[in-house]
Amino acid sequence: MNTLLEVSGVSVSFDGFKAINNLSIQIGEAELRAVIGPNGAGKTTFMDIVTGKTKPDEGYVIWGEKSLSLLDMNESQIAQAGIGRKFQKPTVFEKQTVRENITMALKNPRSPLDLLFNRAAPDTEDRVRAVSDDIGLTDALDQLSGALSHGQKQWLEIGMLLAQDPRLLLVDEPAAGMSATEREQTTDILVRAAKKRAVVVVEHDMEFVRRLNCKVTVLHQGSVLAEGSLDHVTKNQDVIDVYLGR
Amino acid sequence: MERTFIAKNPSILWFLLGLSVFTVLVTIFSEAAGSSVVSTSFLKILGKTLCLCLVAIAMDVVWGYCGILSLGHFAFFGIGGYAIGMWLMYDRTKDIVVGSLENNILPPTPDEITIAIGTQIFGVVGSSEFPLIWAFSHSLPLQLLAVVLVPGALALVFGWLAFRSRVTGVYLSILTQAMTLALSLYLFQNDTGLRGNNGLSGLQNIPGLEAVSQATLSLWFFWASAFALGAGYVFFAWMLAGKFGSVIRAIRDNETRVRFLGYHVETYKLFIFTTTAMIASIAGALYYPQAGIINPAEIAPIASIYLAVWVAIGGRGRLYGAVIGAVFVSLMSSWFTGGSAPDINLGFYLVKWTDWWLILLGLTFVGVTLFFPKGIGGLFDLISNYREKQQ
Repeated sequence: MNTLLEVSGVSVSFDGFKAINNLSIQIGEAELRAVIGPNGAGKTTFMDIVTGKTKPDEGYVIWGEKSLSLLDMNESQIAQAGIGRKFQKPTVFEKQTVRENITMALKNPRSPLDLLFNRAAPDTEDRVRAVSDDIGLTDALDQLSGALSHGQKQWLEIGMLLAQDPRLLLVDEPAAGMSATEREQTTDILVRAAKKRAVVVVEHDMEFVRRLNCKVTVLHQGSVLAEGSLDHVTKNQDVIDVYLGR
Repeated sequence: MERTFIAKNPSILWFLLGLSVFTVLVTIFSEAAGSSVVSTSFLKILGKTLCLCLVAIAMDVVWGYCGILSLGHFAFFGIGGYAIGMWLMYDRTKDIVVGSLENNILPPTPDEITIAIGTQIFGVVGSSEFPLIWAFSHSLPLQLLAVVLVPGALALVFGWLAFRSRVTGVYLSILTQAMTLALSLYLFQNDTGLRGNNGLSGLQNIPGLEAVSQATLSLWFFWASAFALGAGYVFFAWMLAGKFGSVIRAIRDNETRVRFLGYHVETYKLFIFTTTAMIASIAGALYYPQAGIINPAEIAPIASIYLAVWVAIGGRGRLYGAVIGAVFVSLMSSWFTGGSAPDINLGFYLVKWTDWWLILLGLTFVGVTLFFPKGIGGLFDLISNYREKQQ
């Protein structure tokens, strides 16, 4: 499997506190990966570094087959390069319909004149439909997204990311605040999404991670504690000590 | 494509229908048609109100749809008035001057004519020379071009500086107020070359159309204003339909998120700011020939605030709301301040509406903002909700 994202030897500290300490992670193409770890393990900081929000003190972040350094790019350039990120709190445009939300996110030219004069791209409807099928919101396409449930908003947000067709999707605690059935659907969405692209999921909830059935990276104090299948890492004594044992 | 955006938004057809019916009725009852129901002076008020509706929908697009509370759009309206006024004044003065010099024994030289025109126009500010700013005033096409290009350029530069620095919210409102105040003060100076506080006058007389009566001229301007309003309404409705409109409304609701989707928010804001400035200027260019006079007091900061009040009372984020607000408030305003409203004698105090109108308007504004954020236009939602329930 080709490596899509390579984070190596990255460290970052805030006011002397080492949030990330010599962290190295490789993500392959079309891989589903779960990142777990206790609070303060550096999960969110890891995502901040990859998306350009935080610049590390040392280390490399290498992207794609051309081996571009993400550290030299700003947030929107990184987004353009194909890294999408979903934040914890869903932010969809509540006064607009699900269809409008997805249409805005679709990968298309984005200048005002493009939008004004090439408005009826013939495949728009099909692409919107493909995304809405993926996230199970096809029946709600013409609803205002403000009227959706919390879980549905999360899916819509994931759908808007999928519509941008990123090569790597970073998802921060997608199941937070969801009901059991919604969680199940969320795992399905993520597993399906990972067939065509790399998906990295940060999650607290062990049951959720188990259902994802993928390789797991355990972070602790800013570096990798263990990596492998969920069964493998849960048997690891270090992991039991710092995380599961509590 | 044209059909879909109108089909999606039936209010466009209703609006155009209402505007047409109104125009036909006013025409039938105008003095030019031999009736006396609509006097020429009232016809002018109606025509001017249509222009105010046009600048109000521009305001609604920039504020109600894009979320930029510009308190300076009336400056662009005024620039349009000045741009057309310069040609009107120059050409008419030229006609008069040439006419009066005709009887001279020696035919006047072009220089003499220019000086005579200059003296006529700039005598009030103690000058007879044409300032550079009047370089194109002899040409109607060039001044018409200026109606669009000057405010366009001003909005582009101003907007670029403001949006690039990510100035938003109340800070942007203050900046736009400063812009219109600065422009107004600048025009007040005699040195500016636009006749200082005298402004441009006699604009109701259209050069070359002296033979046409004011009754007929007013009707023509009324038609032109109605057409401009209809065209502007359709233009904005077309612009705001579809994905472009989605992005604009999304910028209003969550600018950061739109940026995160990969849209260049500043370009969109600049586009909206500039386009609406140009439309506002066109509205001004139609308004001031009907008003007859323009002076720097017209673009005082309060005028742009009025504009925001109209849109808020009429209902933000719906084009017809802006029209309703502009009609309602400006007609109410002329009723209350024109002395037609009966004074209220409270025994111990006489409420004179000419003094109290602004306070009433202010209270209405606060009341609408607090209790009816959707404005008068929100009433249409009640009707459509009721219908849905019935079905």
